[in-house]
Amino acid sequence: MSPAVRTLLLGYGHPDRGDDAAGLLVARRLRGALPAGVEVREAFGEGTLLMDSWAGFQRVLVADSVVSGAPPGTVHRLEGRRFAASEEFRSFSSHALGLREAIRLAEALDRLPPELEIVGIEGRRYDPGDPISPEVMEGIGRAAAILAEDLKGSAAARGGERGGG
Amino acid sequence: MSRSRRIKVDVLARVEGEGALHLRLSGDRVTDVKLQIYEPPRFFEAFLRGRSYAEVPDITARICGICPIAYQMSSVHALEKILGISLDPRVRMLRRLIYCGEWIESHALHVFMLHAPDFLEYPDALALARDHPARVKNGLALKKVGNDLMALLGGREIHPVSVCVGGFYRAPSRTELRSIRDPLLRARDLAVETVEWVRTLPFPEFEQDYEFVALSHPEEYPLNEGRLVSSGGLDIAVEDYEEHFAEKQVPHSNALHSVLKARGAYLVGPLARFNLDFDRLPESVKSLARESGLTPPCRNPFKSITVRALETVFACEEALRILDAYEPPPRPRITAEPKAGTGCACTEAPRGILYHRYEIAGDGSVVSAKIVPPTSQNLRRIEEDLRHLALRFADLSDEQLTRRCEQAVRNYDPCISCATHFLKVTLERS
Repeated sequence: MSPAVRTLLLGYGHPDRGDDAAGLLVARRLRGALPAGVEVREAFGEGTLLMDSWAGFQRVLVADSVVSGAPPGTVHRLEGRRFAASEEFRSFSSHALGLREAIRLAEALDRLPPELEIVGIEGRRYDPGDPISPEVMEGIGRAAAILAEDLKGSAAARGGERGGG
Repeated sequence: MSRSRRIKVDVLARVEGEGALHLRLSGDRVTDVKLQIYEPPRFFEAFLRGRSYAEVPDITARICGICPIAYQMSSVHALEKILGISLDPRVRMLRRLIYCGEWIESHALHVFMLHAPDFLEYPDALALARDHPARVKNGLALKKVGNDLMALLGGREIHPVSVCVGGFYRAPSRTELRSIRDPLLRARDLAVETVEWVRTLPFPEFEQDYEFVALSHPEEYPLNEGRLVSSGGLDIAVEDYEEHFAEKQVPHSNALHSVLKARGAYLVGPLARFNLDFDRLPESVKSLARESGLTPPCRNPFKSITVRALETVFACEEALRILDAYEPPPRPRITAEPKAGTGCACTEAPRGILYHRYEIAGDGSVVSAKIVPPTSQNLRRIEEDLRHLALRFADLSDEQLTRRCEQAVRNYDPCISCATHFLKVTLERS
């Protein structure tokens, strides 16, 4: 029986800047609640660290706060390269190198995981010391539920496919 | 016929945080220079009030994702003065070691991702990476060794959790430290290659008469300790910082501009350290500097990129030196009863001196905190550079002059997030 796909859920954000903590909180909600074979990590800081974090994983999901003009708390799901190429989404980052830049750079350096998905939670306030917006807290809950469902289901399905193939 | 030109960069790229530049020329006169910082200051200073002194290293580490160690180092050294704690020399060495990790990580990030693209006329690091993938990969590999060293000692790469007042919650074993020896040797080679590369970049001809300010230590290239010295004759204990330096609010910026009371703008960071502390570098790094045509005095700010590369070599060598001599301390930390008092410290962050002052109450709670980041201290000097640069290069087209000014701002590797601690997002749809 083949090993299950190595999956990483990476929560990216800043703990002290209001809705920018969304990605971190998604990861914290799901820590310990996912099947074996799915690792949960948090990342805070500039984007090149993401490349180091996701090295070696087959499937990577990054949860992050985004700004696109949609209602706060909206959960967006996009394939990684599409997200990076999209003009519509601005991944919130106080750094020179944020999530989008990291994905594009990884692509240029052949450092993208085989599967990369971005789970973006729309935010609205990012001042240091701001609490998370209530709508964003709800969005975090929804994102966590969607991911839990997806990852539990896929771990079983992939294990089955590989065993039969 | 005199021509009025306005150079405006609404959002500066490739600096940490956000900033904007506004430059106005009339004929060959520069009539206005504003480095606009969008971020209101002082959130973390306010946030620290009422917290226990023991929480300060963890809270200040969150101010900057690039230089958390610098904030931790300045904070713990200031607090240890209040509590009368003297470190075990082995713990002192561990502190230098973790700081070396941060210098490697921060300088490598800056050279490859933020500044080198300017010199080669690439719009960003991505374009540089597409043409030179091997070089950028090496830069990131070098940066990763810095991150790994921080993680090894700090417990976590970002938000290191092991640093505390009195030392570390946990000190590594010799075996653990040895695990990073080979990566550091490789990092040193990569750092030397970086020097050999950046010294060939085209450097604009531009010099200013700077007042350089840095720490100075009798034996070491400075990290955590020393007196404050300058090329203008300053030589003071860190305790006297506020007698000689002041912060001024400027109308166009949310950051505060730091000035030397006696003489105004000054420069902190790698170029200042290089000019003031060159003799404390190991001979190998001094040789490499000489081979690169770089010895003090160096007054061309564009050469800061080469100095950063040299400092990265230094940090790798210093890390190896400390690692090879390492003996685990009998106790990783010294504890002490809290007591009321005030203490301050200056340490050399990758970007320059970072000053912290704390007052704590008898129960150990923070009464007040004052944090002066290196970028705040360079802001006035950056504006003056731009004023002179615009005059010097007035013949360039608007687009070329704009690029040159952006490149000049990045000479200082400004961390605008640290300078003002806040970021504002506005989304406009037409």
